[in-house]
Amino acid sequence: MISKIRRKKTSALVYVIWGYIIWSLVPVIIAVIYSFNDGRSRTVWQGFSLRWWWQDPNASVFHSSEMRNAIINSLVLAVATLLVVTPLGVALAIGAQRISGRGTNVVQGLTSAPLITPEIVVGAALLITFTRLFTAVPLGFTAQLLGNVTFSLSSVVVIVRARLVSIGSSFEEAARDLGATRWQALRFVLLPMLWPSVMASLVVVFATVIDDFIITSFLSAGVSSETVPLRIYSSVRGGATPALNALATLLVLTSFTVLILGLFGLSTWRKRNGERGGMRAALADVTQMNS
Amino acid sequence: MKRTPRLWTLFALPGTTWLVALFAIPFYAVACVAFGTIDPIFRDAVPQWNPLSWDFTQASQTLASLTSGPLRGVAIRTVVYVFCAMVISFTIGFPIAYFLARHSGKRKLLFLALIIVPFWVNYLMRMLAWVNLLSSDGLFTRFMRLFGVNYNWLDGSPITVVLGLVYGYVPFLILPLYATLERLDWRLIDAARDLGANSRQAFRLVTMPMSKAGLVAAGILIALPMFGDYYTNDLLSRSPSTEMLGNQIDFFLNGSSQPQNGALLVIVLSIFLLALMSFYLRSTRQQARQTTR
Repeated sequence: MISKIRRKKTSALVYVIWGYIIWSLVPVIIAVIYSFNDGRSRTVWQGFSLRWWWQDPNASVFHSSEMRNAIINSLVLAVATLLVVTPLGVALAIGAQRISGRGTNVVQGLTSAPLITPEIVVGAALLITFTRLFTAVPLGFTAQLLGNVTFSLSSVVVIVRARLVSIGSSFEEAARDLGATRWQALRFVLLPMLWPSVMASLVVVFATVIDDFIITSFLSAGVSSETVPLRIYSSVRGGATPALNALATLLVLTSFTVLILGLFGLSTWRKRNGERGGMRAALADVTQMNS
Repeated sequence: MKRTPRLWTLFALPGTTWLVALFAIPFYAVACVAFGTIDPIFRDAVPQWNPLSWDFTQASQTLASLTSGPLRGVAIRTVVYVFCAMVISFTIGFPIAYFLARHSGKRKLLFLALIIVPFWVNYLMRMLAWVNLLSSDGLFTRFMRLFGVNYNWLDGSPITVVLGLVYGYVPFLILPLYATLERLDWRLIDAARDLGANSRQAFRLVTMPMSKAGLVAAGILIALPMFGDYYTNDLLSRSPSTEMLGNQIDFFLNGSSQPQNGALLVIVLSIFLLALMSFYLRSTRQQARQTTR
């Protein structure tokens, strides 16, 4: 009898969950479909074509100079941020976990505060700083890079620290007992074990930066530093063609490609190194759950 | 106490310096602009770097404007919109997270994956999708006309803005909610049922108290960005009649030459959100205590 009650209850919720999934995904799928519209409209279907993806020599995603410019800016910004924030974040995570004494609270506070500070506050504060205090930093790419590193540094620290905690100190202690210096134990024992958290950080930061709107927008210097989200924002309410849908689709495809590559990389690494968990653990790594 | 080996201090140094320079100091810079003066000729804000000579006249004017002046409507609207969006988000998000946490069938991974997908679809893409659907010849507008509903969705409609906020942020609520509920010790609920509680009582007396801290934390996690949101509003409404605090900050800092007002509003928003954040930190700590079992 109990099992009957349970089954009835879940079946009602199954409809809720399918309803939610449809509600959350179908509008996006429709937007993707309309990128293949033959007409100029983003709302009335006029037949299938690749006009806005490729064929139109001026206005399609791959030919419009503004859109190409935005795609390149987005990719450059994301990769540059990764190059700066990964070493910075891994070092900070290790250091913050191990220092003790007076500075500890300051370091902990500084590394966790950006996680819960709304982006508009960070963006506005950096805009004021770069226009009035550190005026050597020009708005545009440089400012956007510094801003995105600042905002994503904490998430790298969180991911790497979770891994540090789960590794524990015994491996390094064993290496030290066998005669390794502190640096050697770190370089040859700990760092290789940190690899999955580094990979997860790369995925998370790439997705954050390529999707970022507020900070990148506050610190942009007009068209020259316009990224894809900025382009979408500035043209969505105008008379933009389905090429805009195609551009947005491209952005989504890019983050999913990176996510899937990262997930496979992570689960392969786990398998090869005899760690349990597989895909689900990899998913937990990149969604920062259960950490 | 053992001294920290110098190596670890060296490791923490670059990141900490970065955050001091580009996170802590910028907050100070905001205060210096907010409590600075205005150049009488160019009308531009002149930051006052010395806190001893901070000038609070503009600050008190802005505060007055927020409590009883022209900005009052914006402040009230921000709170009301976020409150409505939160209520709807919980109504949608809680049953889903609850189901995911309790469900353990073979479809669980599929459900989880599908719930996580919107998390990875760009926010602006999701707004773009709705702008297309809600425009005057959009699919949704045409669909609603079949039922005789002829509504101008994208022209300053509070309903659209609130639902836009819900659509935008609800995925970010479901995941932490799910994480909280999944960690619950469901045996306690079974125990309550065995002891004679009906399912509603078990939910109210066992599930809710055990997950309260996590629910509060998850709620605050989406309330913080909602309070600072301006682009949902810009994309779905663009009308002054639905403007929120974030729109004013964006306007003062990017669209006008009154950065001082913008800086002041950033400070007001930060102080307001600081209260929420400390509440958040308290609940996560409480949650950590509860789940160590």
